[in-house]
Amino acid sequence: MTETTRTVPEQARPADELTQADIDRQMAREREAYEKRLAEGAEPSHHPRREYAPYRSSALRHPTQPPVVIDTRLDPEAVELSSPAFGETDVTELDSDLTRQHQGEPLGERITVSGRLLDREGRPVRGQLIELWQANASGRYAHQRDQHPAPLDPHFTGVGRVLTGDDGSYRFTTIKPGAYPWRNHTNAWRPAHIHFSLFGSAFTQRLVTQMYFPGDPLFAYDPILQSVTDEAARARLVAAYDHDLSRPEWSLGYHWDIVLDGPAATWIEEGR
Amino acid sequence: MSSHTRPAPTPSHTVGPFYGYALPFPGGPDAAPHAHPDTVTVHGRVLDGAGAPVPDALLEFWGPDAEGRLPRRGGSLRRDPVTGGFLGRNGVDFTGFTRVATDADGHWAIRTLRPGARDGRAPYLSVCVFARGLTHHLFTRVYVPDASGSGAEADPLLAALPAERRATLLATPEPHATYRFDLRLQGPDETVFLEFS
Ligand SMILES: [Fe+2]
Repeated sequence: MTETTRTVPEQARPADELTQADIDRQMAREREAYEKRLAEGAEPSHHPRREYAPYRSSALRHPTQPPVVIDTRLDPEAVELSSPAFGETDVTELDSDLTRQHQGEPLGERITVSGRLLDREGRPVRGQLIELWQANASGRYAHQRDQHPAPLDPHFTGVGRVLTGDDGSYRFTTIKPGAYPWRNHTNAWRPAHIHFSLFGSAFTQRLVTQMYFPGDPLFAYDPILQSVTDEAARARLVAAYDHDLSRPEWSLGYHWDIVLDGPAATWIEEGR
Repeated sequence: MSSHTRPAPTPSHTVGPFYGYALPFPGGPDAAPHAHPDTVTVHGRVLDGAGAPVPDALLEFWGPDAEGRLPRRGGSLRRDPVTGGFLGRNGVDFTGFTRVATDADGHWAIRTLRPGARDGRAPYLSVCVFARGLTHHLFTRVYVPDASGSGAEADPLLAALPAERRATLLATPEPHATYRFDLRLQGPDETVFLEFS
């Protein structure tokens, strides 16, 4: 690698680039506005607003009209009350161990991520597909468009999938991803995270999200995490270190339960 | 219903820019079994509030077969335990699920079965939209008329919308059982997006 590939070329920086201080001010305004809404009696919001200025890419990609609400109790045959199904043919055993998908071992800190997939009633979501993807230990994705000048790891792709067990449980073996820079503003860094994609017993429960690691110093600076303006909700995106999940001389364990929002036809679950 | 406290939901996050090597899979856009007579092609573009194409959106469609039956069958992303790659769908079973990423022009196309009506309502596919910049996915529906061109008359959602908003949910017929459906995330012709309670 030459010296020039290690720095971001000047011409790649947009002229109107915002500083971290600009973004911090915007994030503080969004938090204050949320707390004001709460004080005025609004329900806590579990999810981010789609319009969130500090995450600049949201500007032209959020609807301005309120969503049209469908009361599923009045439409028990709605397509969205059932879910695509996945089965044994869709997942191999190796898919849940991201450290064994290549000839050699990936670099980095080997970890186990485990937990349960639940619905809003606390019931397990059984036999359903969980997909995940992540950067390698250096903070680089195995994606053509990731131009972060950190090393690729020939022994790590960073993609996994698994079906949940009868108790909704899942388990992945992987390596801890690194933090990485992005171009939202000058010196923008994402805290280490793993992307998750989840299906429930109803399509209404579909969820894509990101899991974080406890104590990351980048949390306060990250407009993606801070787009969840409710503090308790943000905390639910952070896995817990779980010493009982750590394996001697082998790996560290993190526990993360996932709760899917959205209505489901209860009879489907009870009939199983 | 049990009396224990309901757990609070896990918040959504954007799918980000780098899902492209993880979520799309071979055969993802092609759910229709080979040579099935009810096969339809649905295609269109995803556009942002400036009318520019969204080249990094991911769409998922979930819908019934032509008789209105929702499958409960896996096999959308069959894996090959020998190579660790994908086998593709088996070409016989219909799973009802398609996943497609937009191209550099914001365009996407899927081949699935023409959805049948359920409960006397107009037939449709459920659509879930993910994109970089979108903090929380969006749900909508694409209403696909039956082969005779009718079907959208007696639907409670469509009936409740003003005509110009309703039009954003209706697929436009083109030759060869093909339907056009553009998604506008923002702006005057913004697609109707849905929330379920
Ligand atoms: Fe990421």
